[in-house]
Amino acid sequence: MAELINLLSYPFMTRALVTGTAISFCAALLGVILVLKRYSMIGHGLADVAFCAVSLAVALGLSPAQHIFVTLPVVVAASFVIMSLTRKGGKGDVAIGMVSTGALSLGIIITSLSKGFNVDVYNYMFGSILASSTYDMYLSIVLVVVVLIMFVVFYNRLFLITYDESFAQASGISVNFYQFLISFLTALTIVIGMRIMGTLLISSLIIFPAVTSRRLVRSFRSLVVLSAIVSVVCFLCGLFTSYYLDLPTGASIVGANIIVCVMVTLCTLRKE
Amino acid sequence: MEILTASSVTINYGNVTAVDNASFTVNEGDYFCIAGANGSGKSTLLKGIVGLCPIKSGHLHIHFPKEQISYLSQSNKADRDFPATVWEIILSGTQKSGKTLPFYSKEDKMRAEESMVKLGMEKFRNTRIGNLSGGQQQRALLARALCKSPRLMLLDEPFAGLDSSISEELYSLYRDLNKQGVTIVMASHDYQAIGKYASRVMLMNNSHVDFVGSIEEWRANLWQN
Ligand SMILES: Nc1ncnc2c1ncn2[C@@H]1O[C@H](COP(=O)(O)OP(=O)(O)O)[C@@H](O)[C@H]1O
Ligand SMILES: [Mg+2]
Repeated sequence: MAELINLLSYPFMTRALVTGTAISFCAALLGVILVLKRYSMIGHGLADVAFCAVSLAVALGLSPAQHIFVTLPVVVAASFVIMSLTRKGGKGDVAIGMVSTGALSLGIIITSLSKGFNVDVYNYMFGSILASSTYDMYLSIVLVVVVLIMFVVFYNRLFLITYDESFAQASGISVNFYQFLISFLTALTIVIGMRIMGTLLISSLIIFPAVTSRRLVRSFRSLVVLSAIVSVVCFLCGLFTSYYLDLPTGASIVGANIIVCVMVTLCTLRKE
Repeated sequence: MEILTASSVTINYGNVTAVDNASFTVNEGDYFCIAGANGSGKSTLLKGIVGLCPIKSGHLHIHFPKEQISYLSQSNKADRDFPATVWEIILSGTQKSGKTLPFYSKEDKMRAEESMVKLGMEKFRNTRIGNLSGGQQQRALLARALCKSPRLMLLDEPFAGLDSSISEELYSLYRDLNKQGVTIVMASHDYQAIGKYASRVMLMNNSHVDFVGSIEEWRANLWQN
């Protein structure tokens, strides 16, 4: 305990803790909907777009605090494009595959044409607890508040749309609006979370908690609550493990999620 | 009294015409069955009526507020293993456009409770939908549809994949509803059951309407072929 308090006296650790908790909480809530609607690859696609945007920001010589002025608009725009493609043709996986590999290649070209793979770009790809700034911390607090308000206010609508989109639409509810709302919030989560998690790993925060929890619950409400808890707990375990064992942060957090997911799967399989 | 009038309705997906020049009317109190083989355009027509598919040409007139329509889509792709309880699902049927409240009102809960009891689902209130049998799942979805006290119900193959005793039971449930004044429009490819329960029948073939008429005319027509 004393050691924990000692640890928190490092400002970078406090920042990582606050930012990461916020991000894993938001990612889990959004993940419930994305996973159940089979849109979870959107997170992965957007992370690749975010990498491309960051390469551009670094190449333009912007300071880390300014990167968000490039990444946020680009990723939000991409999220709308991906969502429209997914809705239109039902060929969402192909659309996401094309957008994400295209963005990744563009990012690599921009990076190698400018400064090459320097530490900034590397940190964005693999994540780093040191990379999280005070600015990121405030942004992530704003993000949690926005996502939480949206979730509470629109909870019933989101449930209805996730469970049966055509019934919702036939009831005169604007499914499009909610779909774009979800992709907008996902874009925000990815842009703010990629500093800690890395663009390569951030989408796992969206997928794992919902996949782990859905085996354990009966109701949608408990799925939402449990996913959020699983996500935050795995984040904290991963963060401390990475600090003590000197392992990469993003990968440790994903590792914690995988361990929990496998354990839950094995236990529930045995029950069946 | 007419409550739905379609004149020369055409609906297409890209360059595939799924409903071609369909004209028919549905009267209040009808048990209107749309018969036809797979791919004949039944689902598309229902989607056109509820506004899930844009109508390319022709006219579709619904003679009452659209909120009074309840729609149950085909085979409910929403995967069988969806983590939600029967109560959560039935309650969601009370949602209307325009009214976005974070919590359900007391009245909403009462309505949901009422339709849950009506269909004998109260003992499954906290059961996960995936743990119910196919027939019970259909009952839960029907209870959700009834929350709105609909004037018109559009049902797309509500018995697909259920064994005949269960669909028999559900058919008579629909007939009771129909007797209480709810107009029913049902797509189905089970010609035998249609002959037993419908009051009017429309036959679709290859995106065309081949026949519309009363059940007596339908039976006579079947004998001829
Ligand atoms: N989403 C879609 N995109 C393209 N074509 C479709 C789509 N849905 C149905 N169709 C086509 O429209 C025609 C009518 O289909 P449908 O209305 O589902 O028939 P039914 O319900 O009678 O089986 C079929 O030829 C089918 O292949
Ligand atoms: Mg069909």
